Amino acid sequence: MTRLRKISRTPLHLTVLSICLLWLLPTLGLLVSSFRPGHAIATSGWWMAFKAPFQFTLENYQEVLLQEGLGRSFLNSLAIAIPSTVLTLSVAALAAYGFAWMNFPGRQVLFGIVVSLLIIPLQMTLIPVLKLFTALNLTGTFPAVWLAHTSYGLPFAIFMLHGFFTNLPRDLFESAFLDGASRWTAFLHILLPLSVPSLAALAIFQFLWVWNDLLVALVYLGGSRKVAPMTLTISNLVSSFGSEWHLLTAAGFLSMVLPLILFFALQQYFVKGILAGALKG
Amino acid sequence: MIRILSAVKVSRKISPEPYWYVLPALLLLFVFLLYPTIYTFYLSFFDPDSSSFVGLKNYIYLLTHKEISLVFRNNLLWLTLFTVTAVGMGLFLAVLSDRLRYEPIIKAIIFIPMAISFTAAAVIWRFMYLYRPEGFPQTGLVNAFWVSLGGTPVAWLVNLDVNNFALIAAAVWMWTGFGMIVISAGLKGIPREVLEAARVEGAGEWQLFWHIIQPMLRPILIVVALSLTINALKIFDLVYVMTFGNHDTDVIANRMFKEMFIFANLGRASAIAVILLLFVIPLMVMNIRRFRQGESK
Repeated sequence: MTRLRKISRTPLHLTVLSICLLWLLPTLGLLVSSFRPGHAIATSGWWMAFKAPFQFTLENYQEVLLQEGLGRSFLNSLAIAIPSTVLTLSVAALAAYGFAWMNFPGRQVLFGIVVSLLIIPLQMTLIPVLKLFTALNLTGTFPAVWLAHTSYGLPFAIFMLHGFFTNLPRDLFESAFLDGASRWTAFLHILLPLSVPSLAALAIFQFLWVWNDLLVALVYLGGSRKVAPMTLTISNLVSSFGSEWHLLTAAGFLSMVLPLILFFALQQYFVKGILAGALKG
Repeated sequence: MIRILSAVKVSRKISPEPYWYVLPALLLLFVFLLYPTIYTFYLSFFDPDSSSFVGLKNYIYLLTHKEISLVFRNNLLWLTLFTVTAVGMGLFLAVLSDRLRYEPIIKAIIFIPMAISFTAAAVIWRFMYLYRPEGFPQTGLVNAFWVSLGGTPVAWLVNLDVNNFALIAAAVWMWTGFGMIVISAGLKGIPREVLEAARVEGAGEWQLFWHIIQPMLRPILIVVALSLTINALKIFDLVYVMTFGNHDTDVIANRMFKEMFIFANLGRASAIAVILLLFVIPLMVMNIRRFRQGESK
């Protein structure tokens, strides 16, 4: 009986495992090719790399990092994503705390407006915001993308944190206020420590959102290579060196390294953040 | 006593302190979301350089011009084919791997593409779809496989019969993991006893799926499908990097980018954004409603 069951389960294992292989192959191809010399990539498929002559090299990475400016772009991506994440989280946490635990005239209406802004596709804002940045001489600068990413991330971040904050036990705050704690103390010493998992999930989500963004960088940073994040540099590489695959594969893989590390190290928060982020759309 | 209490209440209500907490967020939202949205709406009734009022001219152009109807057709293709395939694959994988001990590993493998950017995925799939003329060794995996089956090499991103499907396949590869993880979480919520009881009654696995699992999962399937549909409507990066919308693969968001930066027609670009908004609104409203229902449970 058990033997029969085992046999009948073989197709199940085979189906699932072959789908997994199918899912891994595209990324594997990129990774393998990024270590092959240009002439080898151009003349044979990446799967031939495992046959003699075994030709592997680190030169692609050297070239792309030093000559094509991807090292600079990596730092730019960090310089864009870290402040954007910190700003979004701080501004959203303050606002969500206000909406969840304070009473003031207009609270319901204002919160309703914030939630309804979830609907706006960022395309609706591109032209006016670009005009604004041009008028303020901010196009092509980091503060422009910090402000844009923070604002675009706020409706979702406030919505998510508000949901979490309102579910915290009421007595915690009431006893703290009775003891004479100010709102600010309660925020720092009660709310934030209790919200670490939610904040972590949101931080990972927002960081990756910004790290992986192309559109906002494309519109507000324009053609300036000095401030271009990795996505923008790679997209430019594709249009100018579309067939230089030794460069493109190395560049592509470099842009994936940090997200992949985050994914494997913090899988739990990562998945939670992405799932909640379904709403950001 | 009552008087003192109400006095305390009143003084609390008047206190401006709460506004300091919400003000930074409201300010940013006003400047970067609310005001631009209204302004874009306004600009959509003006000519390319926003100098003279043209009424509904931009909208009429968008709704009647042949080139644009192709853009809408593509988004329609995206939102049906991409959504159905990604939800279907996600459901298939979630149900199958639910029976396997190594489920977490499968989940991780299918979910990996969600972590990377559309730009990186575009590079990966351009590489997958590489085309070299017949007689040369194929360096793209898809063509190598196709030729080994006896086919002639296909320029997947150029050939008008297949290129939209090729783009959608790349997006399905990215987003199946999302569907799978959400659906799998829903599966865990179905009580094991219900399934066991049905099995004891002699129900086959297919009956089990069709009469118990599928109806119980329906609310979750709808949330996943809505999220994917919204993504399909807004799809930009993947198309921008893989084809730039050439060879009849253009989509709404990429067309807007072109109107903005290549044709310098702010009126039309704004009108495209407004149309996108109109498509997205009903879907987002449904999604937020469902999300709130799920939360209050």
